[in-house]
Amino acid sequence: MNASDLEKLALHEAGRERRYCLRISICMGSPCMAAGAAAVKTAIEELIDRHGAAADIRVVGTGCVGPCSRGPILLVVTRDGTEYRYERVTPPAAAALVDRFLNGDVAPTERLLPADLPFFTGQTRLVLANCGYTDPERIEDYIARGGYQSLSRAIHHLSPEAVCEEVTRSGLRGRGGAGYPTGVKWELVRKASGSRKYVVANGDEGDPGAYMDRTIMEADPHRVLEGMALAGFAVGAEQGYIYVRGEYPLAAARLRQAIQTAERLQLLGGRILESRVNFRIDLRMGAGAFVCGEETALLASVMGRRGHPVTRPPYPAQRGLRGCPTLINNVETFATIPTIIRYGWEEFASVGGPGNSGTKVFAICGDLVNAGLVEVPLGTTLRQIVEEIGGGVTGGAFKAAQTGGPSGGCIPAGHLDTPMDYEQLKALGSIMGSGGLIVMNDQRCMVDVARFFIGFCQDESCGKCVPCRAGTVQMGLLLDRICSGLASACDLEQLEELCHLLQETSLCGLGSAAPNPVLSTLRHFRDEYEAHVMDHCCPAAVCNMAATEAACQP
Amino acid sequence: MPASDTVPVPDDPRRSAVDRVMQRHRYDRDALIEVLHVAQETFGHLDRQTLAHIARELSLPPGIVYGVATFYHFFTLEAPGEHICGVCRGTACHIKGSGKILSAIEERFGIVAGQTSGDGRLTVVAPRCVGNCVLAPLVLLDGEDVKVDSPAAAVALIEELLSKGEPT
Amino acid sequence: MPALTLTIDGRLVSSRAGETLLQVIRGNGIDLPTLCYLEGLSPRGGCRLCMVEVAGREKPQAACVTPAEEGMVVTTGSERLQRYRRQIVELLLAERNHTCSVCVVNGQCELQSLAARFGIDHVRYAYLSPRLPLDASHQRFGMDPGRCVLCARCVRTCDEVEGAHTLDLRGRGVRSCISIDLNEPWGRSETCTTCGKCVQSCPTGALFEKWTARGEKVRAPELIPRILAWRETHER
Repeated sequence: MNASDLEKLALHEAGRERRYCLRISICMGSPCMAAGAAAVKTAIEELIDRHGAAADIRVVGTGCVGPCSRGPILLVVTRDGTEYRYERVTPPAAAALVDRFLNGDVAPTERLLPADLPFFTGQTRLVLANCGYTDPERIEDYIARGGYQSLSRAIHHLSPEAVCEEVTRSGLRGRGGAGYPTGVKWELVRKASGSRKYVVANGDEGDPGAYMDRTIMEADPHRVLEGMALAGFAVGAEQGYIYVRGEYPLAAARLRQAIQTAERLQLLGGRILESRVNFRIDLRMGAGAFVCGEETALLASVMGRRGHPVTRPPYPAQRGLRGCPTLINNVETFATIPTIIRYGWEEFASVGGPGNSGTKVFAICGDLVNAGLVEVPLGTTLRQIVEEIGGGVTGGAFKAAQTGGPSGGCIPAGHLDTPMDYEQLKALGSIMGSGGLIVMNDQRCMVDVARFFIGFCQDESCGKCVPCRAGTVQMGLLLDRICSGLASACDLEQLEELCHLLQETSLCGLGSAAPNPVLSTLRHFRDEYEAHVMDHCCPAAVCNMAATEAACQP
Repeated sequence: MPASDTVPVPDDPRRSAVDRVMQRHRYDRDALIEVLHVAQETFGHLDRQTLAHIARELSLPPGIVYGVATFYHFFTLEAPGEHICGVCRGTACHIKGSGKILSAIEERFGIVAGQTSGDGRLTVVAPRCVGNCVLAPLVLLDGEDVKVDSPAAAVALIEELLSKGEPT
Repeated sequence: MPALTLTIDGRLVSSRAGETLLQVIRGNGIDLPTLCYLEGLSPRGGCRLCMVEVAGREKPQAACVTPAEEGMVVTTGSERLQRYRRQIVELLLAERNHTCSVCVVNGQCELQSLAARFGIDHVRYAYLSPRLPLDASHQRFGMDPGRCVLCARCVRTCDEVEGAHTLDLRGRGVRSCISIDLNEPWGRSETCTTCGKCVQSCPTGALFEKWTARGEKVRAPELIPRILAWRETHER
C-alpha cells in the first residue's frame, strides 16, 4: 500500500460509514464488560437480525466511552450525526431502545444521559478521540478517522528533524509521570551516535487506581503503534518494543492483532507505505512488577531479566537496550503524537497552559458520583474534575484526592482550586503520575492510606538497594504501630527520618518516591497522625485500635 | 491435590507449545519472559522440569531462569487450585474495604492470600490493582471481575462458585 | 589518557578519564565505606554506603557507579552522609539474623566492622528475625541466608570470575535470597565447580567453609581482584 492507497481506503471507509442510518456503539471497556456489555451487544445484534436491518445499521463494540460507573454504556449516532448516550443498559432495555430508533420514533429518553452533562462537556478528547466510535480490531475504522495519515505525511513530506521539531514545539511532556519534555528526549536519541536505535513504549501501568494506558491500548491500539512508528522515523530506529503489563491480556491481544494487520497493510514493518522507512514492533509482556515502570528496570525486563534498575546516567537515550540509544515513552505519550503531527504543534499547544500543553487522561475513581476515564486540558482545576466532571463526592464531604499512585501524594480540600499541572502538583508534594486520581471522602483515614501505599512499595521493591528493600519494611512496621494506636512520638520521628533516607539514597525512582504518600499526608494531615499517636484514636474510625481501645476518647 | 497429569513428563505433548514459542523467537534468550508466560498458560504453573527444560533450550544458567520466574509476581511455581479467587487491593478497592473482604475470605476458607486450600479446590490471591477501579471493591472469580458489596457477599459468591461442579 | 581534576573534601586531586568516583576517592587515601563493592567485579550500587555529595546535584550519588567528571566538587563525609550510612547499617542489622557472638566470621566481618566504625551499639529498628534454613548439603561449603546482606558479591563472582553462574538471586524485595540453580540444595548443584570463590567474596558469614567454628572463617577478599589481575596479564 502507498500513500494514495491509504487515502483511498480512508475515503472509501468514511463513505461506507455515512451510508449507515444508525451507528450503535457498545462500550466494551472492562468495567462495562463486567456490567454485562457483551450480553447487551448480543441482544442488539439479534434484534437487528430479526429486522433484517444489518445492512443499514452498524453495531460496534468500542473502547471506553467514559462514565464507567454508569455502565454498560450505549452510544447511538443517527444519520444526521446526533449522539445519544444511554447508561446502565440491560439486554432487554437495549433491544427496546434500538427498536424505537428503528421505527423512526423520537429518541427514547429513558436512561438517556443528557448531552450537556458536565462529564462530557468538561472534556477535551484528543487521545481518546476514537474511543466510543471505532472497533479496535478493525484497522479500517482507524484509517477512516484519519489514522496513519500523520505517519504518511511525516514519511513523505517531513524530515526526521522536522518531526522532532514539531514535537518539541508542541510542548508535549512525558505522560508517564515525570513530565520530561518529549521533544528534548527525541532530539537526544536522534542525535545520539550509533547505527542501531530502539523505541520502547512503556505500557506497564502498575499504579494502583490507574487504567488510562489499559484503555488506550485496548480501545485504540493503532494510535499507539502510529505514534511509535513516528518516533522510530524521527529518531532513526527500525525496531520498537511495546511493553504491556502482564495483567492486561486483552490489551496484549489487541496490540498483537493490530501489529499484524498494520504489517499486512504495509503500515509497519519493511518499506512502510512503499518508502524506504522500516519499523518493526514486537510485543513484550510484563509479569507483575511495578518497578518495571522505571525505565532502566523496564529495559532489563524487555531483555527477559529480573527487573532491577541501574543507576543513571548513562540514560537510556545514550545507552539503553543492548547498549544502543533507546527512546522510552509512555503509551499515552505515543498516543498523543499522531494528533500533534496531524494538526500541527500550534493547535496542540493552544490546549492547556504554558509549559503544560495538551490534555491528560485521568482515571477518576473512589468516592465519586461519576467514576471513569476523562481527558481534560492540563491546568484544569481539581475542583472542576471532582465537582463538575466527577459529579461530586459520595458518602461524605471531600477530604483528599490521591494522585500519582505510590509515588504521589494526597491533595487536601484546601487546594481544590489547584490547576492540575506538573509544577503545581509537585509543589503540593504530589506528582502528576500516570493519571490515577482517587477521590476520598471524610470517612477515609489518611494514615491508613499512607500505610496502604508503603505496603505496596514494600511488595514491589526489587530488593537491589538497602534503603528501599529494608526501609519500606521498617516504615510499614512503624505505620502498623501508628494505625493500631501503639506508637509513640518517637516512632513518628523515626518514620520521618526513614522518609528522608529513602528519598535521598534509593537507587531508583520507586524507592526515592516511596515516602511521598507518607510525607504528603504528614504535611497536610498531620493532626490525624497526632490523633493516632497522642490520643490513640483514629478520627475516621477506620483503623482498628482494639489494642488501645481503653485509652480512646473520641 | 493436583491431578497427576499436571506434572509434565519429558514427552508431554503440551510441551510442544513451549517449544514452539522458543522456536518462534529463534531461541533468543531475551524472550525468556515470553516463554515463561506460554509455559504457565499451558501448564497452569511453572514446575521444576519445565524451568529446567527452558533453561536448557535457551542455553541460560538455571539460576537466571529461576531468578526471573520468582521475581515476577505473575508467575507461580505451585499448581493453583481448581478455582482462583482474587481480591483486588488497588487504592480504590482498599479505601472501600478490600482488606476486610480479604480477611473474611481468609478466615472462612482457612488459607491466606497466595495459598491453595488443602483439597486443591480454591486458591486465594490478592493482586495489586487489576485496573477496573470503578467497580471497587472488586473480587475476581476465575478471572471475572465482580463488584461486591460486603465481605459476606464475597464469601457467599465464592461458596457458590465452589458448589458448582461439586460431585452431588 | 586525558587527566581530570576534581576537588574531593576540599583537596584538588587528579584522575584518569573513565575512573569512577570511588576509585578516585580511594586512590587518594580516603577510606569510603562500601559493602556491595568488590574490586574487579562489576559495580552494583546496591548498598548505598558509598554515597557522596556532588556539588550541583540534588541528591547524594553512589560513588561506585558515578564516573568522575572534570571539575566535580565532592564531599565524602558530611554529617548528613554519616547519618544515612549509619541508618543503612542499622537497617541491615535488623533485616536478618546477625548474631555476631556465634558467627564463623566474628571479628573479620565487614558488616560488623562497619557497625563498629559508625559506633552502632544498638539498633533502633525492629528486628525482622526471618526464619531462613541453613544449607549444609555441600561437601565443603555452607550457606546461612540469615547472615546474608544481599550484596550479590557471590553472584557476581560466580558469574564474572568463575563463569559458572550457579548462584543467583531469587524472589523480590525483602524476600530475596541467594539461591542455587533452580533453588537446589547446594550439594545437588550440577553447575557448581566447588571453586570456593563465592565464599571468599562474601563480606559476612553467609557463605563459609564447613568445619569452621566461631570466628574461624579465614577471609581473603583480595583473592578476587588478584585473580582478575592475573587474568588480565594473560589476556594481554
